[in-house]
Amino acid sequence: MAAGPVRRAASLIGAAGHDPRMAKAAPGNAHATGQWSSRAPRQLTRRRFLCVAGATSLSMCLCDGASLAAEADLPFREVEDGVFVRYGLQEAMSADNGGAIANIGFVVGETGVAVIDTGTTRQQGTALRAAVARVTDRPVTHLIATHVHLDHCFGHAAFDDLEPMNIGHRRLAGALAERGPFYRDQIRALSPDFADTDFRPPEVAVDDEMAIDLGGRRLQLKAWPAAHTDTDLTVFDEASGLLWASDLLFVGRLPTIDGSLNGWIDAMTQLVGPQARRVMPGHGPLVDGGDPAIEAQRAYLTTLRDQVRAAIEEGLDISETVDLLSRDTHSNWLLYGEGHGRNVTTAYAELEWE
Amino acid sequence: MRILLTDTILRQPLLALAALCLLAVPAAAEDSKAWDDIRASLFGSDRAIHDGRDVISMEAPDRALDAALVPISVTAEIDQSKDRYIKAITLVIDENPAPVVGTFHLSPDNGIADISTRVRVNAYTSVRAIAEMNDGQLYMAERFVKASGGCAAPATKDAELAMQRLGQMRMKQIGTWREGEPSEVQLMVSHPNYSGLQTDQVTQLWIPAHYVRTLDVTLGDRPVLRFEGDISMSENPTIRFFVEPEGEGALTARAVDTKDNVFEESWPIRLEPST
Repeated sequence: MAAGPVRRAASLIGAAGHDPRMAKAAPGNAHATGQWSSRAPRQLTRRRFLCVAGATSLSMCLCDGASLAAEADLPFREVEDGVFVRYGLQEAMSADNGGAIANIGFVVGETGVAVIDTGTTRQQGTALRAAVARVTDRPVTHLIATHVHLDHCFGHAAFDDLEPMNIGHRRLAGALAERGPFYRDQIRALSPDFADTDFRPPEVAVDDEMAIDLGGRRLQLKAWPAAHTDTDLTVFDEASGLLWASDLLFVGRLPTIDGSLNGWIDAMTQLVGPQARRVMPGHGPLVDGGDPAIEAQRAYLTTLRDQVRAAIEEGLDISETVDLLSRDTHSNWLLYGEGHGRNVTTAYAELEWE
Repeated sequence: MRILLTDTILRQPLLALAALCLLAVPAAAEDSKAWDDIRASLFGSDRAIHDGRDVISMEAPDRALDAALVPISVTAEIDQSKDRYIKAITLVIDENPAPVVGTFHLSPDNGIADISTRVRVNAYTSVRAIAEMNDGQLYMAERFVKASGGCAAPATKDAELAMQRLGQMRMKQIGTWREGEPSEVQLMVSHPNYSGLQTDQVTQLWIPAHYVRTLDVTLGDRPVLRFEGDISMSENPTIRFFVEPEGEGALTARAVDTKDNVFEESWPIRLEPST
């Protein structure tokens, strides 16, 4: 890696803001604490201040394009030499956060840059593109979508004129055909600012595995059987040993199942190989390859499977199973209340066919 | 304009209605304009519909966890006697693009006229169960459900698996079955039940609706359920209902989808000795 990009990156981080909501990430995770505390205070625009001061008045925020745009300005941080990430907020998607809830980023090679996910909106894609430009003048040659979800790949259109190689799981084109219009409408419903957000089906499909060369830097792409979704793609950066697992790993935030619970449990046994020194989740802070957060997710998924299987075996229907398994509302997972019941429902619909 | 179980008008109006699907506004719990139209189409304008509390009740979540998979249970408050029984239960979701989920045809052979199933809910909406008695009287139970996007939302979690498994059926005997006693059965049909409300981004054509249209169930040679359905049924249509077994025999299910695929399967039933 050339030294230039790194120095400029440092100045980028210095200018970046801090969002107090980040502090909610991954309770009890030492890595999280260390990373977030190193960040400078976030700039608070007047409009954003008004929005917050207005006792989170939803109507006010909905009218306030500037506060939405501000979420597209969350900082990019260099987490490995030439690997940059914008951490998403550990929140449900809302008008106030402009959908900036997932980790997105890019990897800089000697001849080109690979973008890994682009966020929820054209604005987030544009912000990512600007972050690349501040770090290097090398072109964005590859655009990688880690899966179909709206918080990950709906900023792709910001790169249209650069014509990068647009890469996704072999099922991504079909999944976007099925879900894309619905997701796009959900995003546009957040704010009129997102009226020009649209999605871009991949042109290059990864059937199983594929390597891309950024010039002296090889990325290994792997397409997984249905797990978090049926379009999961991971990226392994050989140079740094960083595995970009995206939503195959949730740290702090409750994992959500939208593919196959059994598939995800299977995937977890192979997800973090011996080469993977560190793992970038789709939500939450970067962790080491042996971090307990990985086991915590596996334990959640396997416990859910065991409990739902037992309920089906007893003849309970979906409603009874959700009631039974949602009684304990205490959990260390963020957004547990929003997601656990739905996970039970999804798990039931899958496991009753075993 | 509303779509009511009429296949001939189904395809084209869906195109126009698909846009409305996402714009639907929260509806009041009281009778909506939509319901007036649906009611007239289903039962005519002049048939009285009575408060259902002495005949049927309904359970549905106030807020759906997954709009594409909302459990609905209808409980009969009367026995299925030969003299007075529920002969049909129709489920209606006012604000869905195709509001009539379907009709379950029943008989005294069911013993109990309870029905559970899973539906898509596309907006904040009233959900209704209308029971038609053997004497033609109508009774209705109603709930309000908050959900959005169940029809247009992604149907399949694992698209390849859904097509591999197309038409497979499962039968489960719930609890203990005894001769002459109402016994609960769950029938499941593996089918994506595509709603036809998604577009193919490449061709800009609508992915055509593809769903289970009818399901006929017999126990021995007695018909015990006929279901006529539509796109508001969730992926992998699943129905729980009751039968009264008259001895050993087989339960047979025959499903037909909108591509005229026919799926048929039989299972021997297990009975415990009568008490």
